[in-house]
Amino acid sequence: MIPISWYLLLSALLFAIGTAGALTRRNGISIFLSIELMLNAANLALVAYSRMWDARTGQLVVFFVLAVAAAEAAVGLALFIAIYRQRRTIDVNRLNLMRW
Amino acid sequence: METAIFLLFAFLAVASSLVVVAHKNPVYSTMGLVLTLSAVAVLFVLLGAPFLAVLQILIYAGAIVVLFLFVLMLLNITREEMPQSGQPVQRWTAILGAAIFFGLVGTLLWRVYHAANRGPLAPLSEQLVSLKALAGELFAEYLLPFEIVGLLLLVAVIAATVLARRPEDAENAGTAVGPVLTGTATTEPDPSGQNPDFGGGGR
Amino acid sequence: MNVELLATAAKMAVTLGLLLNVVPIMVWVERRGSALMQDRPGPNRLGPLGLFQALADAVKFMFKEDVTPTAVDRPLYLAAPVLALLPALTTITVVPFGPDLLVHGHVIPLVVADADAGVLLFLALASLGVYGIVMAGYASNNKFSLLGSIRASAQLISYELALTLSVVAVVIPVSSFRLADVVAYQRVHLWNFIPQFLGFLVFLVASFAETNRLPFDLSEAESELIAGFHTEYSAMRFATFFMAEYISMTALSALGVTLYFGGWSLPGVHLEGWLGALVGLAVLAAKVALCLGFFVWVRWTFPRFRYDQLMRLGWKVLLPIAIVNLIVVAALTIHGTL
Repeated sequence: MIPISWYLLLSALLFAIGTAGALTRRNGISIFLSIELMLNAANLALVAYSRMWDARTGQLVVFFVLAVAAAEAAVGLALFIAIYRQRRTIDVNRLNLMRW
Repeated sequence: METAIFLLFAFLAVASSLVVVAHKNPVYSTMGLVLTLSAVAVLFVLLGAPFLAVLQILIYAGAIVVLFLFVLMLLNITREEMPQSGQPVQRWTAILGAAIFFGLVGTLLWRVYHAANRGPLAPLSEQLVSLKALAGELFAEYLLPFEIVGLLLLVAVIAATVLARRPEDAENAGTAVGPVLTGTATTEPDPSGQNPDFGGGGR
Repeated sequence: MNVELLATAAKMAVTLGLLLNVVPIMVWVERRGSALMQDRPGPNRLGPLGLFQALADAVKFMFKEDVTPTAVDRPLYLAAPVLALLPALTTITVVPFGPDLLVHGHVIPLVVADADAGVLLFLALASLGVYGIVMAGYASNNKFSLLGSIRASAQLISYELALTLSVVAVVIPVSSFRLADVVAYQRVHLWNFIPQFLGFLVFLVASFAETNRLPFDLSEAESELIAGFHTEYSAMRFATFFMAEYISMTALSALGVTLYFGGWSLPGVHLEGWLGALVGLAVLAAKVALCLGFFVWVRWTFPRFRYDQLMRLGWKVLLPIAIVNLIVVAALTIHGTL
């Protein structure tokens, strides 16, 4: 039997790696990929807790997180397409219209 | 046996997540994400959620990431990112930040685990794994969130369709929304309503 | 010796053996069948009726020079054929090919992976098949390949929706995702293609699109894109893509036959034990063979869909029909008819 704490540590590790990626990358889509990684790490933690407490709640929340991630990916990618058409780049350092 | 599987797929997940955040080419990052999702799906099976594992591969790895790849190829963003000045400093700051963050989150989860731990794990119970029980609870207690998520997906579809439209298609659309969105609205609506073509605009 | 472990190994060996042997047979069927439909002889020099043509093709592929273009993205270029083949091989593991066997006191279900989420596992693994095609097109560093793979990825995820909805409509009266339960349901009630004819039509069209077969093969269209996403592949790598296409055709035919035509069962035949297993396997193989013949027949009959027509069909025609089918089946199930 593997103690659930191992799964939780793995989830924390993946989440930290995802955060580092989201903060460091310049490419908009790469940032988005890192965010998906973070969502996935949260899913892992939820399922681990669900196993620990023998409750289905965690699994059901993951179900909804999956659906929300799909919706977010669709809208985010559509936004990137629209941005690319206007500014010909998705390098986030150059998308600085809102800076003074 | 279970330990071996866990170690193997945990290592795979961490290695491919490093590829996701560190590789210069976004296409490689995407393939790394597919590998990470698959490894985590195996861990879901170990944790007694086989249905979720299949859903993860079906939806996440099989549709969402394909969408990412599609947009990457459409906009031709497969060039490597430009190296930026002062990059080593930024990379080491990121690694340090990630390590601190891992320490914080890890400690938090560890404390919660030990506070709530009620002894050794019980073996997998049927009511956790069974699909019928999951579906029963989903459609009984979680019916309202289920319907709201359906509405959310509808809104996402509409938003994505409108946002990714080409400007000329938006002007020619037979509805009032198009010209208003692109600021070319006149008092007479354009009678030629044609549907926006699929296959957006990629150069 | 653990009986169940041995049984699983045997089932895997049988499945793999049958799948890998389908490819040369399909090559022969394709070439002679197309020749028949086009009023020409086809390969008739090697062996009686040209039966050894596939063997000659295999030998040719093995000895052909393996040209790797210089400017390709090497890791992805080398990985793409494998990425295309793996999902094709793994999807058929959830299809049952006979009644349960009783061996040394153990009940052995005749399916390699007796998962609770059977059909969903099939769809999940099949949806991973996109990556081989996309990586092949991207890594080839070739405009035509890239175009072919972009079209293929959009086509595959679009028709996956219609496919999944028609499959869900089959699953609703059965109340289980396991294909063994679907077959058991069809042994008692009518074969599913009669009450769910709309769903069957949607499944049929979507499976042509999912396997990149004419009339939906724009991504590898010979007359338009040179050879589409596998332009830059030669010899054994091209043969791998070829194999992947035929194996995924076989797997999808097996799924369609199990969902809509009763799978390994025949109405009125209730054999048990080893004889029942053999007869079940033979019946499934015969039905899949008929289905594959139908694939070949359609390929050489219809013209190719243009890309925008393809997308329009997938989203504006098939998806609404599949949804209507789903609603009708759900309503009839609640009412108690199905």
